[in-house]
Amino acid sequence: MVSAESWLRWIPLLPLLGAVLHVAVGYRVGRRATGVLACSVVGVSFLLALRAFSALVSAPEGAVLADDVYRWIAVAGFNIDVRLVLDSLSVVMCLVITGVGFLIHVYSTGYMAHDDDYARFFAYLNLFTSAMLVLVMADNLVLMFVGWEGVGLCSYLLIGFWYTDTAKASAGKKAFVVNRVGDAAFVLGTFLLFWALAPGASELGASDLGASSLRFADINAAAPGLSPGLVTAAALLLFVGATGKSAQIPLFVWLPDAMAGPTPVSALIHAATMVTAGVYMVARLNGLFEAAPAAMTVIAWVGAITALMAATVGVVQNDIKKVLAYSTVSQLGYMFMALGVGAFGAAVFHVMTHAFFKGLLFLGAGSVIHALHEEQDIREMGGLRAKTPVTWATFAVATLAIAGVPGLAGFFSKDAILAATFAGGHYGLWLIGLAGAALTAFYMTRLLRLVFFDSFRGDRERGEQAHESPRSMTIPLIVLAVLSVAGGYLGVPHALGGHDALGSFLAPSVSSAAHAGHALQLSMAVEWLLMLVSTTVVLGSMGFAWKLYAAGPDADVVVRGALGRAWQWMASAWRVDEAYERLLVRPIGRGAGFLWKSVDLGLIDRFADGVAMTAGVLAETWRRWNSGSVQHYALSLLAGALALVAAVLLGGGG
Amino acid sequence: MDQQLLSLLIAVPLVGAALVALAGPGAVRSMRAIALTASLAVFAVALRIAALFDSSTGEFQFTEQAAWIPQMGVTWSLGLDGISLLLVLLTVFLTPLVVLNSASSIDKRQKGYLVNVLLLESAMLGTLVATDVLVFYVFWELMLVPMFLLIGIWGGRRRVYASMKFVLFTMVGSLPMLVALVWLGLAHAGATGTPSYAMTDLYDLELTRSAQAWCFAAMALSFAIKVPMWPLHTWLPDAHVEAPTGGSVILAGVLLKMGTYGFLRLAMPICPDVLGAAMPIIGALAVVGIIYGALVAMVQPDMKKLVAYSSVSHLGFVMLGLSSLNVVGVEGAVYQMISHGISTGALFLLVGVLYERRHTRLIADFGGLWRQVPLYAFFLLVVTLSSIGLPGLNGFVGEFLILLGTFKASPVLAILASSGVVLGAVYMLWMFQRVMFGEVDKAENREISDLNRRELVILVPLLALIVLMGVYPRPFLETMEASVELTLERAGITPVETAPAEVSR
Repeated sequence: MVSAESWLRWIPLLPLLGAVLHVAVGYRVGRRATGVLACSVVGVSFLLALRAFSALVSAPEGAVLADDVYRWIAVAGFNIDVRLVLDSLSVVMCLVITGVGFLIHVYSTGYMAHDDDYARFFAYLNLFTSAMLVLVMADNLVLMFVGWEGVGLCSYLLIGFWYTDTAKASAGKKAFVVNRVGDAAFVLGTFLLFWALAPGASELGASDLGASSLRFADINAAAPGLSPGLVTAAALLLFVGATGKSAQIPLFVWLPDAMAGPTPVSALIHAATMVTAGVYMVARLNGLFEAAPAAMTVIAWVGAITALMAATVGVVQNDIKKVLAYSTVSQLGYMFMALGVGAFGAAVFHVMTHAFFKGLLFLGAGSVIHALHEEQDIREMGGLRAKTPVTWATFAVATLAIAGVPGLAGFFSKDAILAATFAGGHYGLWLIGLAGAALTAFYMTRLLRLVFFDSFRGDRERGEQAHESPRSMTIPLIVLAVLSVAGGYLGVPHALGGHDALGSFLAPSVSSAAHAGHALQLSMAVEWLLMLVSTTVVLGSMGFAWKLYAAGPDADVVVRGALGRAWQWMASAWRVDEAYERLLVRPIGRGAGFLWKSVDLGLIDRFADGVAMTAGVLAETWRRWNSGSVQHYALSLLAGALALVAAVLLGGGG
Repeated sequence: MDQQLLSLLIAVPLVGAALVALAGPGAVRSMRAIALTASLAVFAVALRIAALFDSSTGEFQFTEQAAWIPQMGVTWSLGLDGISLLLVLLTVFLTPLVVLNSASSIDKRQKGYLVNVLLLESAMLGTLVATDVLVFYVFWELMLVPMFLLIGIWGGRRRVYASMKFVLFTMVGSLPMLVALVWLGLAHAGATGTPSYAMTDLYDLELTRSAQAWCFAAMALSFAIKVPMWPLHTWLPDAHVEAPTGGSVILAGVLLKMGTYGFLRLAMPICPDVLGAAMPIIGALAVVGIIYGALVAMVQPDMKKLVAYSSVSHLGFVMLGLSSLNVVGVEGAVYQMISHGISTGALFLLVGVLYERRHTRLIADFGGLWRQVPLYAFFLLVVTLSSIGLPGLNGFVGEFLILLGTFKASPVLAILASSGVVLGAVYMLWMFQRVMFGEVDKAENREISDLNRRELVILVPLLALIVLMGVYPRPFLETMEASVELTLERAGITPVETAPAEVSR
């Protein structure tokens, strides 16, 4: 079942090699060579991932490709290996990462064409791709953590890519630090599992490749046998890690700020790939999470509430990238809702379709920003349909896809999530999901209309100079637009006469009963009814937004009036950032200052200086009395000798 | 020759120091060449030792013994195990870099400086390979003198205060330790009829619990000051800020580890019965140090002070690992000692580079340097990431193992300590941002030149080790494993209880 394939390592190694080369020679070889190198390493990785995919498709169900690279850490009889595995779950992720990644690399050669730091940009982008691949190909938690922190590092570097702007640099740091909070929880969850599994690991049966600790397969297999409290704690700790990386409540605050990075970065890292790492991790550890029903409930509700909360914020944003950022937070919420109800396959399906249409939306936004010379405020846009036809058309496809219009990718994946939620009897979650879908349809229609329709409202000169982007940028848009439609047909539900090909492919990797189970429990009629309801809601919401925003941005006033006080909360993203600032950041800063000035300098040092001074005075007295030149040291020696004698006398007696 | 490698290790720097001292005045270049040759020769001796070292046993190897003060049972006993070997390697690796660095960082009395550096190296190596506690003590005290002079003569404006503080703090600790060590030798005489100060004899000594408690307290005070553990740490920031770059590198790189090494070598194996009671306290103080050091580092305006407080935090991790009393945590601690020596050494060297160009270390005096000095920025970035424990670099391995081991011993301490990992990212990245990012808004900073060839020669080996220790830690872990297990066994902990045995078999 496990076949050793030592070429797997090249999938993450090639982009790493690319990054190293950019650093080493990037400044000498020129832009063209840099761009070609950057794209081709990712392209070849994609081809290798395809090769693995085809091998897995033709192999018997449950097949796994593995590559034992080397033993990384070995202490006291436990080992952490650098071992890469591809099963149906990780190969899908690999294809998304390298496929969408390749398109975004190509797009970036156009988008960053005039940037001074071309090589540095691609070094980071390649490095990111490599780290992300390690994350999904790792066969154990610790190696996954290498990728996990690695992508966080690249995210930090890329958000602050234009570092001369301190606000951008700060956004990068914020992303890293908030993620570190999650990472700390991730590591603690790892420790908990490690010690829980350590004594009983031998019972799991040594695998053919030499068992090593913290392998996903071992954890999933052992989880049902562990104490429920422990499993729940471990699952929740790991989930806190996921809320960091995947921008869920309470750690989502970094993602909107992360939009400071170049737009291709937002597309690749902060929409298509890195932010789905948390979803992937939970799906990877489905056996563990299934064994912790309480944790699953938490995940489902955190996901649902995040989906709704972020969607409300998306309604009132005016920065094109901020709308998309909150939309991403919201869509990730859907994925977690799916995970929480045990629909791992549906979650991964949505990861994939979301990578297509959200990647496309960001790239489209980048194209618009490019066309308008860095304008990001949608109130200053409008009527770009004529000037940027390809961008418009593809953006429109993505909008329909994310909104969940029947026939496009988002419809199928979102429907799969909602159906699974309903089938599991989680009607409350289903209703929240539906409300979120309505809001999504609303803010996306608003965005589409304000950017591309009616007449241009911004600076006239800018409007006249607006132009379609070069082909290096539009071709990736077109490819992604095709995928935003076609991608959905990988998971057509049985109710619509499909076979849910992706679902069955993934099933062995996310083999929980829930995945296959719930979907089948719904009768055809109910499933049709659910689709009808959600489609009606989505289309209604889109129609409403379309009509409302015929009035242009002024319609915001209507929305604001209708929302009343809630508008303030939505506009400030429910004041979560503010709360952190007031309750954590500032008190910690003040506390640190107090510790330094008052405790370190004021208390400890004063005490020490006082002791030294007393000693000095004593020594001086001693010196005079002795009329010799006795120094501190001698005094101390004497004291020491006395103490010694005393100790010997006392100790000798005892 | 191979019979007396450890004596040779101690002697070569002394010979080097003598040769430097004999060099004619003004011949600065040849002095430096001599010092460099000597330090490289020591390095070669250490490599020879490493090549011959047998990592399958935790017992002392390369042992030498000669009578010294037979009446008192003091012998010139040397030996080394995997733990001391790694620290020896760290010492001999850093010293040549410090010698090289002196060319730009030291502008007066070069000869004295080089002599002191070599004397200090000799004393540090002596401390690490001594297996007689009084020999250990002599070297321990000998380390003080050159360090005191390095700060006091080649230091900054407040060098006198800082060097006095350094000496006084350390002395306060070392006297009770001397008392305890002498008492132990006498106790050995009481038990067997002959006095002995050999560590292996003292390990076997059956002491009452209260005697162990007193001895442990006396030694722990001395070692805790050296580490330094909170709240005995306040000498360190002053010493670092005033010390010349090379002094800081040695101080943070090696000297601090003498404290943690002392715990492992003496306090823990000699007083096993009190560890159960003492180590939780040490662990708690270590966690306070981790968080406290990180918080105070966050608000430092001076880069060197920031790094100094970060050392308080990082050494807190080392002590936490020791307090876990299991193989995983202790191996992590030893790993972190080496790793911190490399990273912090590199950090001080990098701060020194800026200081030499701008004669300031205030973070606020910089900003936007990335575009000015991209190569420097690259090095500082990697070292910063190493310091915050990014997986794939050296800092992660130690920190991970320490926290993993601690989690077994006390989940609460591990959870609290993990906040240090977050805070570490805050203060390091914030410093990096304020120095490197933004616009170059000060005219003086436009003149700053990037790393020159000598600086690269110094920094590249450090960078290589940072990556190597992160990607391939196994040789280092294998070197120490048997020694850590034996040390813990002597400390009354059998490996069976602590290691997740049989996991992989």
